[in-house]
Amino acid sequence: MSQKLNIAPEVFAYMEHVTGTDGVAVRVNLSKEKIEKINQICNSFNNDAGELINVLHETQHAFGYLPAEVQDVIAHNLHLSVAQVYAVVTFYSFFSMIPKGEHPISICTGTACYVRGAEKVLEEFKKELQLKVGETSADGKFSINCLRCVGACGLAPVVLVGEKVYGRVSPDGVKAIIGEYKK
Amino acid sequence: MSKYNTHLLVCAGTGCHSSESNLVYEMLRDEVMRKGLDKTVQIIRTGCFGFCEKGPILKILPDNTFYTQVKPTDAREIIDEHVIKGRKVTRLLYADPETNSPILNSTQMSFYKKQLRVALRNCGAIDPENIDESIARDAYQALGKVLLEYTPQETIDVIKQSGLRGRGGAGFSTGLKWELTARNESTQKYVVCNADEGDPGAFMDRSILEGDPHVILEAMAICGFCIGANKGLIYIRAEYPMAIKRLKIAISQAKEYGLMGERIFDSDFSFDITLKYGAGAFVCGEETALIHSMEGKRGEPSNKPPYPAQSGYLGKPTCVNNVETFANVPVIILKGADWFSSIGTAKSKGTKVFALAGKINNVGLIEVPMGTTLREIIYEIGGGIKNGKKFKAVQTGGPSGGCLTEKHLDTPIDYESLAAAGSMMGSGGMIVLDEDDCMVSVAKFYLDFIVEESCGKCVPCRIGNKRLYETLDRITVGKGKPEDIEKLKNLCSVIKDTSLCGLGQTSPNPVLSTLNNFMEEYHEHVYEKKCRSGKCRSLLYYVISEEECIGCMACKRVCPTHAISGEKKEVHQINQEICIKCGACMEKCQFDAIHLQNDYPKVTAII
Repeated sequence: MSQKLNIAPEVFAYMEHVTGTDGVAVRVNLSKEKIEKINQICNSFNNDAGELINVLHETQHAFGYLPAEVQDVIAHNLHLSVAQVYAVVTFYSFFSMIPKGEHPISICTGTACYVRGAEKVLEEFKKELQLKVGETSADGKFSINCLRCVGACGLAPVVLVGEKVYGRVSPDGVKAIIGEYKK
Repeated sequence: MSKYNTHLLVCAGTGCHSSESNLVYEMLRDEVMRKGLDKTVQIIRTGCFGFCEKGPILKILPDNTFYTQVKPTDAREIIDEHVIKGRKVTRLLYADPETNSPILNSTQMSFYKKQLRVALRNCGAIDPENIDESIARDAYQALGKVLLEYTPQETIDVIKQSGLRGRGGAGFSTGLKWELTARNESTQKYVVCNADEGDPGAFMDRSILEGDPHVILEAMAICGFCIGANKGLIYIRAEYPMAIKRLKIAISQAKEYGLMGERIFDSDFSFDITLKYGAGAFVCGEETALIHSMEGKRGEPSNKPPYPAQSGYLGKPTCVNNVETFANVPVIILKGADWFSSIGTAKSKGTKVFALAGKINNVGLIEVPMGTTLREIIYEIGGGIKNGKKFKAVQTGGPSGGCLTEKHLDTPIDYESLAAAGSMMGSGGMIVLDEDDCMVSVAKFYLDFIVEESCGKCVPCRIGNKRLYETLDRITVGKGKPEDIEKLKNLCSVIKDTSLCGLGQTSPNPVLSTLNNFMEEYHEHVYEKKCRSGKCRSLLYYVISEEECIGCMACKRVCPTHAISGEKKEVHQINQEICIKCGACMEKCQFDAIHLQNDYPKVTAII
């Protein structure tokens, strides 16, 4: 994880911020602001390793995703190995190491939506955007994800674009939904 | 304090919120302000009414008017007509599906008639963000009663006598669980509320947390008093932002009122609750996995014993109960064990909340006494199957459960009868399937879910379920072999017997129960290469109708695999062995001569 990166000289200046108790500096390619932000989040949870999941939630909320460098810094602050942090990040579907699109599209594939045709809706989104599940479009505008039950089963099948909920979506309606965000 | 004579209750549960109930609320409020009615008309946002199919819901008290599918633009008419002139807005009233006449009083709705709301008693009745409304509905009275009148053991005895069993899955006696945790000596113990509702299609826990958060806080404190814990943790899905927000509000209001925190009700008992967030892993519903996740680790289960009652969170004795279980506790204390145990069947007491979804008219959240039959739930409360289709099965218990069929329609539903039918109570999801659903595909759907959610710690679950999925997938694309059915059965029993935790031990249930109840569909897929519902695309066949084909050759030219034969002005034929089912021919044909059928065509290409 902590690979040897081509680090700009100004980044070296902030190495102290992420020097662990073992005295070994981590090589990270992050700006000072970002490192400070992560330190601040970790501090707010008293750098407690038991709070790792909460720390990751907050960090993902701040950055949109959890790239390897960010995990490096968190590991150092919480006195965990990078592998331990990586293990948790990859275990839970909520955490992502890839940035989501500007308009993240989530298709509910819970059982209620499935029996009311969510699969066909998902296929249509994939076809229309030429993306696979978990991918983000080249222009960074859209990403497709599946989620399991948002609990709006009365509106099945359900699609979320960002926070906005679209209910009773049919494959024919997919183009119109994408169109709303394509400007 | 102003005296209200009319109360407008706007549902602000996730379902209705998704269809803009917040705008309905704002428009109603503006309208009331404009007409100067804010001293006599109260508008509140409540939790879920359960009738999610026809949201957003607006209920008006005192006359129990039940408006459905209310739009923000309806606000003015509702205030002008109903509130001011006292005339109900007929077009928004819920209409009886049989007679089509509007129902004036919600207690007359067949959806509510058979229901008995215990765990959901306050959902849809109070503003969950206002502790005073909860207190007016007896919140924290049970806590006061146990702290001032009962010993911990007496309280445990009440819960034991009531017969309350865990509502999250296996149905273990709640009182016994408390007693076991209480017996373990430790300076520090924990009460954990499992709000990691991962079963796709079940949303009762979320509705309780959103609609009545104080009941959970109160019940956790009672549990803490019984087992000797002063710390409570709620493990909640991060996907439930509204429930999280309302819980946070409830905790801070309870602290402000001295109902949470140091020396509650001037007793020696102190109790504090914090939230822990899940991050999207179904296996975390299993209690040992949940505890690991709360400790900031991967949510992998561990062997039992030791049980959490002995060594749980941070190695301390921990009592884990599900949201719905907790929601029953205060009312049992107040009304007594006898009252609770008078409801239900011999071994399953009280009520159960079910999330009705799928091909049913009234999708929503219902609560019925244990022992209610499936027929009552589906046809009376649920309003029957959507679009007049034929009932096929109902899947209960989510990915760990199985399906019940027509022959189970009159079986009283409780823990035992569901288990005997090869399913389980689980959290209470009920997905209704109709004749258009393919049971092999449904089993495959659940296995797909399990494969994705298996934590990978033990081999039978990690690899076995993957093989199950692959076999099912083969069958649904028409490549199933006769020996596959026997293989499925064997593999299922191995996975059941050897998996580490509840997830793996129950994961083959959807396959086993569809094998038991719908063997003929498996046979059709394997031997006849046929899917009777038409769900499995690979088992549909493109055929050209002799009557409609004029032999224009359009389809022949467009076929990418040259599967179509026939000369000009002659009826064309599709060679099923070569056809890849792309559908290009059907799109091209201007005479609607190409159809899909689910029987393998008798005549193939004649060349």
